[in-house]
Amino acid sequence: MMPLMAMFAETRLVHLAPIDGVIIAFYFVLVLAIGFYLKGRSNTGEDFFMAGREMTAWVAGLSFLSANLGALELMGWAGSAYQYGILATHWYWIGAIPAMLFLALVMMPFYYISKTHSVPGYLKLRFGEPARALSAISFAFMTVLMSGVNMFAMAKVMQIVLGWDLNFSIWVSSITVAIYVTLGGLRSAIFNEVLQFFLIWAGALLIPILGLYEAGGWGHLKVLVTQRASAEYMHLWSGLGHFNSNPMGIHWTGIVFGLGAVISMGYWTTDFLVVQRILAAKDLRSAEMAPIIGAGLKMLVPLIVILPGLLGLGLLPFHLVGEAQAAATGAHSYNDVLPLMLARYCGPGLLGLGVTALIAGFMSGMAGNVSAFTTVWTYDIYRPLMNSNATDKHYVSMGRWTTVIGVLISIGTAYLVMHSASIMDYVQALFSFFIAPLFGTVVLGMLWKRATGPAGFWGLLLGTCTSVGMWGWVKVDPSALRYVALSPYAKAMAQDMYQALWSFLVCVIVTVVVSMLTKPKTDTELDGLVMGLTKIPHVEGVSWYQKPLFWAGVVVVVFVALNVIFW
Amino acid sequence: MISIWFFIGLSLLVNGALICGAGVYQMINPPAIPNIVLFSLHANVWWGGLLFLVGLFYCVYFRPKHA
Repeated sequence: MMPLMAMFAETRLVHLAPIDGVIIAFYFVLVLAIGFYLKGRSNTGEDFFMAGREMTAWVAGLSFLSANLGALELMGWAGSAYQYGILATHWYWIGAIPAMLFLALVMMPFYYISKTHSVPGYLKLRFGEPARALSAISFAFMTVLMSGVNMFAMAKVMQIVLGWDLNFSIWVSSITVAIYVTLGGLRSAIFNEVLQFFLIWAGALLIPILGLYEAGGWGHLKVLVTQRASAEYMHLWSGLGHFNSNPMGIHWTGIVFGLGAVISMGYWTTDFLVVQRILAAKDLRSAEMAPIIGAGLKMLVPLIVILPGLLGLGLLPFHLVGEAQAAATGAHSYNDVLPLMLARYCGPGLLGLGVTALIAGFMSGMAGNVSAFTTVWTYDIYRPLMNSNATDKHYVSMGRWTTVIGVLISIGTAYLVMHSASIMDYVQALFSFFIAPLFGTVVLGMLWKRATGPAGFWGLLLGTCTSVGMWGWVKVDPSALRYVALSPYAKAMAQDMYQALWSFLVCVIVTVVVSMLTKPKTDTELDGLVMGLTKIPHVEGVSWYQKPLFWAGVVVVVFVALNVIFW
Repeated sequence: MISIWFFIGLSLLVNGALICGAGVYQMINPPAIPNIVLFSLHANVWWGGLLFLVGLFYCVYFRPKHA
């Protein structure tokens, strides 16, 4: 995720026509109508928290993908493409596809067969209450803070792009999200995420189409970018042999092992915000197909994110600059590139649709955070630690109230950030601390039957402490980055990757060592939780071309081909 | 239960109609100085029309049916 402060500038980028206002208003009416319609179908815990576990593979897959397709990501990574070139695509390909396929084929059977409500819920079944409590409390706390940070960022972007008042954006979006999630629960959040997916494509796909037309095709765009920047801006891998031979200042080991093997695995397989969408699938085959569908579509996202950034670099008649320079000079920053390209090609109506897509991205991201927070709070904190004997109706009522309270905490966080902007970067950093070690804990739990309960807890805790420690070390002494990333040439973008790699390794080593010193669970206790001890039901009655393994193979072939083509 | 795809279709149908309509209006009453690049392609007319047709298909195919 991009630093949120980097989204800010002081100029208004676009002016809306009345028809644009009608399109935005229609979006709000539609999402509220969906919420009211779904109210009557969210009366039980399974309905409210798990969307009745009846989503098809396509709905779960689109929702899974949309949970990571927020407007901040779109604008931030388009800005990164302008700044670093096609290298930013790594976050969409190697930084997502292998992890999504791993989730589908290796991890999903255990999540699904265990019938857990959440990732912390799986940790309870596999490692016991301490690991669940650590994971659930940290996740709930961070999720609701992130929701507030995103809310403020959204309001700020709307102020910059459209000139809207901060308070108006925060309250209108919050109240809308609170209404439709409180009414319809996870099902309502999922419906709106799928709607957001279509709005984003409908609103953004014209930019690459018209941009390539204006540039004279991909070949001419490469020439333009090479003239304005350098040839390395158009290569994915060929400049990654050394830290200073590419615009990002990163080495291929960081991309492959830090991003591809740890960060993305941690995010896509253990972040409950995205995994929750898959747990709502109607059966195991749908749960396995959903991340594969998500992976197939994820490979297309650079079309509407990276390509507009490159087109901006090649076509805009002025240069974009970094945030500090933009603030000092009044120029546009890198992160303005997507709205600038939107305003370049989109007239009345289309501009409204593009802005609606951004609003939808922000709001569904907020709804995703709030619905995940609600589930973890109710099932992994409130029920086991405070009130374990209540009725299902009571927990649903708790879920609805928690939704409202979660939104109010998010609003409070947004106002806190408004008065102390540095809090945003701290919250984002805090969120990243837990991802890599959590992946180590969950994957060892699923694949290694010898891993014990105390080992799961201590591995998770010490892995997280490693991440926090490294972050603090570099914060206090920026030159320490050379030790974290093992190179004096490493730049800031490399820190996250190596920090994640080390914290993952510490988590794994601690888990293994403590496991060897403590008593394991019996095979019977691990039935349904660990590979080798769990009978995975075979998919019956479907042709070879309907099986998840076949489609995962297709995705792998396309993934490899794309990396070779843009080498 | 009304399908999610019906809601998607409704969104595309209404947005497509509004965008296409705005584009046609601009074709009839073009601004003296176009404020967008490639104005002559009238992207909002054909893109809005495409969204309208896709939305119409979704609305018809996934329309609510009584049991």
